Amino acid sequence: MHIPDGYLGPVTSGIFYAAMVPIWAIASKTVNKTLKAKQVPLLAIGAAFSFVIMMFNVPIPGGTTGHAVGGALVAILLGPWAACIAVTVALVVQALLFGDGGITAIGANCFNMAFVAVFTGYYLYKLISRKAPAASNRRMIAAGIAAYVGLNIAALAAGIEFGLQPLMHHTADGQALYCPYGLNVAVPAMLGEHLLVFGWVEAVVTALVVKYLQKQDASLLGADEGVKA
Amino acid sequence: MKITTKLWIGLVVLICLSPLGLLIPDHFKAGAAWGEWGAEEMEKLVGYIPKGLEKLSSLWSAPMPDYAFKGWEEKGMAHLSFAYIASAVVGIAIIFLAVFFLGKLLARKKE
Repeated sequence: MHIPDGYLGPVTSGIFYAAMVPIWAIASKTVNKTLKAKQVPLLAIGAAFSFVIMMFNVPIPGGTTGHAVGGALVAILLGPWAACIAVTVALVVQALLFGDGGITAIGANCFNMAFVAVFTGYYLYKLISRKAPAASNRRMIAAGIAAYVGLNIAALAAGIEFGLQPLMHHTADGQALYCPYGLNVAVPAMLGEHLLVFGWVEAVVTALVVKYLQKQDASLLGADEGVKA
Repeated sequence: MKITTKLWIGLVVLICLSPLGLLIPDHFKAGAAWGEWGAEEMEKLVGYIPKGLEKLSSLWSAPMPDYAFKGWEEKGMAHLSFAYIASAVVGIAIIFLAVFFLGKLLARKKE
């Protein structure tokens, strides 16, 4: 889901940078108010986890590859704004150092993975796990569902961003200037592969880590709702 | 053992296992992720290289492209696995430190 340079036209790239600036500003402000100093190491580990889990490419035999992102997991543990910052840092390093995701597409990639996936995952988790005990299976399942849906909405967003390009930018003889696939191809491709394969990877990874953390230190789950461990 | 120590052990395990993210797709002959093809692959897919894509795709020259070392494109899987692990170590170090200091900065201001 790391859109490279050259797939999005300048308008789309610009819009998503412009959209992310206030999101990053609110994230900094909110984290400034809510993040406790003792949570900082966990946040940094969460960002590192998101980075490394994205290296585990899962193949569709003979087809494409994809991977988990882990954004919903960080959001469940530390809140969506902190997770937004953590995943943003991972995405920026991936683009600058490893050429994974374009420089011009950092805004769009952050919107999809550090904002859409994170916030969808977070609020769905809250909705499903509401008041459940911190160590309950319901929380683990809620985390898995939230991560699955979050990643799929992000994939849908990426599919729309790809798919709008041939409508916005093409030569007089109909050749695309950027991504050549329209909505009718890009949306089913991005959404389909995530619904069928990569979303499940995200769900399983998230649920397993939540289960592990429940056993190690259940106070990490649901502390902000005042739920006892 | 502190929870952060345990999580660090988990990260080290993931670093060691990371070449699976390279070897398994290779084994199953899976290509790039959807929408992440290079200019040449794009030409094979649609018959031409979109002009804007051609111009922008070489905009940035990453120091460790595709989680490998520059010039290692033709190396075998053993070399590439090593480079992948090195990339995981470098990436985790930079990201951990960046978020750690950013987090300290943000968490400190209010106290």
